[in-house]
Amino acid sequence: MLADKIQDVFNEPSCAVNAAKTNKERKKGCSRSLKPGAAAGGCAFDGAKITLQPITDVAHLVHGPIACEGNSWENRNTGTSGPTLYRRGFTTDMTELDIIHGGEKKLLAAIKEVILKHDPPAVFVYQTCVPALIGDDVEAVCEHAAKTLGRPVVAINVPGFVGSKSLGAKLAGEALVDHVVGTEEPVHTTSTDVNIIGEYNVVGEFNLVRPLLDKLGIRVAAMISGDGRYHDIARCHRSRVNMIVCSQAIVNVGRKMRERWGIPYFEGSFYGVRDTSDTLREMCRLLVERGGPTDLIPRCEALIAEEEARVERRLIPYRERLRGKRVLLNTGGVKSWSLVSALESAGLTVIGTSVKKTTRLDRDKLRERKGEEFHMWDDLKQRDMWNLLRNREADIMLSGARTQFIALKAKMPWMDVNQEKHLPYAGYDGLLIMVEEIDRLLSSPIWPQVWAPAPWDQPTTDEERRP
Amino acid sequence: MKPRQTNKSAAVDPLKMSRPLGAAMAFLGVDRTLPCFHGAQGCAAFGLVVMVRHFRESIPLQTTALDQIQTILGGYDNLEEALVTMRARARPKLIGVMTTGLTATKGEDMDGNYRLFAERHPEVLADTKIVFVDTPDFNGGFEDGFAQAVKAMIERLVQPTEVRAPKQINILAGSHLTPGDVEEIRDLVEGFGLDPIILPDLSTGMGGRQTDEFPATTLGGTPPERIAAMGSSAVTLAFGEHMRAPAAILELNAGVPYRLFRRLTGLEATDRLIKELMDISGREPPARIKRQREHLVDALLDSHFFLARKRIALALEPDLLYAYARLLRDLGCQVIAAVSPTPSPVLESTGAWTTMVGDLEDLETVASGADLILSNFHAKRTAERLGVPAMTVGLPSFDRLGAAHRVQVGYRGTRNVVFEIGNHFLELAEEHCRGEMREAAHAAA
Repeated sequence: MLADKIQDVFNEPSCAVNAAKTNKERKKGCSRSLKPGAAAGGCAFDGAKITLQPITDVAHLVHGPIACEGNSWENRNTGTSGPTLYRRGFTTDMTELDIIHGGEKKLLAAIKEVILKHDPPAVFVYQTCVPALIGDDVEAVCEHAAKTLGRPVVAINVPGFVGSKSLGAKLAGEALVDHVVGTEEPVHTTSTDVNIIGEYNVVGEFNLVRPLLDKLGIRVAAMISGDGRYHDIARCHRSRVNMIVCSQAIVNVGRKMRERWGIPYFEGSFYGVRDTSDTLREMCRLLVERGGPTDLIPRCEALIAEEEARVERRLIPYRERLRGKRVLLNTGGVKSWSLVSALESAGLTVIGTSVKKTTRLDRDKLRERKGEEFHMWDDLKQRDMWNLLRNREADIMLSGARTQFIALKAKMPWMDVNQEKHLPYAGYDGLLIMVEEIDRLLSSPIWPQVWAPAPWDQPTTDEERRP
Repeated sequence: MKPRQTNKSAAVDPLKMSRPLGAAMAFLGVDRTLPCFHGAQGCAAFGLVVMVRHFRESIPLQTTALDQIQTILGGYDNLEEALVTMRARARPKLIGVMTTGLTATKGEDMDGNYRLFAERHPEVLADTKIVFVDTPDFNGGFEDGFAQAVKAMIERLVQPTEVRAPKQINILAGSHLTPGDVEEIRDLVEGFGLDPIILPDLSTGMGGRQTDEFPATTLGGTPPERIAAMGSSAVTLAFGEHMRAPAAILELNAGVPYRLFRRLTGLEATDRLIKELMDISGREPPARIKRQREHLVDALLDSHFFLARKRIALALEPDLLYAYARLLRDLGCQVIAAVSPTPSPVLESTGAWTTMVGDLEDLETVASGADLILSNFHAKRTAERLGVPAMTVGLPSFDRLGAAHRVQVGYRGTRNVVFEIGNHFLELAEEHCRGEMREAAHAAA
């Protein structure tokens, strides 16, 4: 039952926020009650789709009326090194008749069509609000389809109205652990196999990290989910270590894989020098602990020393240029700690960050290092962002596309750090790309021009009036 | 010819966008307005991203944020709370509420909801206009929702009167028109000394305003009090077949007669409007409009070499599809395929070899062998797979800067489009020519 699953997800023991709650609080779950007329953000279906769509060879079929897929497909720029099926939009596009007669038959026929036309290794079927309301049993249809068509068909039961984007991400993770991971056996394993969980390969960002792992001889067995492949994920339960990148979203995948297959996991980040180095260290340490080659650790230290020295040399000129420039960070809280330390290493001052989705651990880290003056906003309103920029309390905002035009309407610089961004920022080289981008945007000559008043708003001097 | 329709269960690479999103865009063309989706919060979030990325503007869009229990028990409480909250926080002059698939499936009685709200909150209605539109996602599409919102605003806001202002005319601007198109229409109409009330007016709000205040509502667009005054206009000019129903309601309720212009892209199509404006105003066109017509005639002469018999495939919203299909026919192109996301009377007269209601997978089937595809951003990949060049028009145009300012109506706009498509083929012809010359030089050596 979906209700039980949601309760189960709310009970996540590995979630730092959850662990600090009383029993009563925990039962209420982590979905905030939304204020009608003053709410923003995506639904559970949105979160699940973000989490799973980056799996490149799967057909992602949305069961619902046109809004859910028609308004949202190709909204995210996750990269692939091969298959492109994930970029196509599949939906049952339910009509009035489907609502009256029920959509199960149409869904089954749609699954058949997709398999016939595209021959994917698996079909993921996303349940949405309307078919949930009329009682379409997506799980039963998927089970039946899998049996009769001889192909994995996985139900992702995430009607938007059950909750937030982050709940949807967790439910998506549950579906993977319950129905995909461990359903096939790998042909070949190595003592350095890792899974990367919660990395979405936005603009092919992971390509900046993969060479580092290649140099160390670490094999990425499965990516969940950026540039992921269905069979890799189905076989990834034999990997030695799991790394969790976006911890709040799908920490449950790591915990359940540890429980079922004894794979240890750690939380890491590839944003900024310090976090990239720490992540590599921890990955190697855990691999050695699990029987990987012992020289991994000295080789890792050598690589880190080399990379850090290289980045440091290249950061020096930027530090001069960027010193004293103030950044307003609004990532929804994800990876804020990583980004704060990355930005500071380039000489920038971060005046504050939103912490809506930040883990308690990250909050403590921020509080401890940044002191009381540093702003940590639980719910930064658009109007407040506007005012901070308008009053020049920040020189640039780093956020997602939805708030881009808050900054631009205040005529202030803005850089994308979310899913719609056009540049990769991960790893050592990613930091350099990010710093160059900030410098490039801040030093654009348009700023003084757009701030200047129009000719009819300028005070005229007597000098100019003279013929 | 009746359009074809495929009989399949899975829509692949949808061309259709949702009906409430179309309604929301209509409300974005009204000043100090806040559109609000009555549904789960995701409905608004997805729509918001489409509008923000297409217009490259800050977009106000709210939601009643229903959860599953509220949906089943009835969404009135959320609706009431949302309306009260939006008025208090954003001080809009108008709030437009669209139902979604969720609330329509449950069967919310929106008329009843309005009456109940009016009874319980007269203080809100005292300073805020509220317009409800019933737009279930599972029936119709973007253009339908847009038309419905325009119709609903007319029904709720226009005040019938006996007084006629002879120089004042109503312009109903369909969803196939960009803010740049609306600006062009205003310019043409004002050129005849007429005073247009444009509904909705995306040109003043979505074209890139610079303001000193935080944009909590739309800033720019038709002022609601001007909508009220539409009842005293001499005539209504409706642009796009989907503006027929709103124009007819205006005629029925306020006695303002209407003229329908299915398209305003093309020489003859623009001539028809200019003739009408001459009749209404009793004036000759200003010199600049006469010059614009000459330039368009010249453009047709200069470009016809490159356009005649070119094979073009289209996938666009119905009225935009019709405008482009007919223009291309005017230019001597062969419209080999015209795909629309939803049915419309205009599909019977596109003049295309194949006209169908479908998605981009269908376009892929019928557009092989085309020289050029005209469609929205999503068709880029379709075109890549076919190896056919594509030009982005319509909504969404995520890959184009200035999508809001693309002008494709009137003499000037038509001239732009003719040159744009002509240049595409001219470049190919030039490239081909250079290739031949290289080969000849090679053979000679």
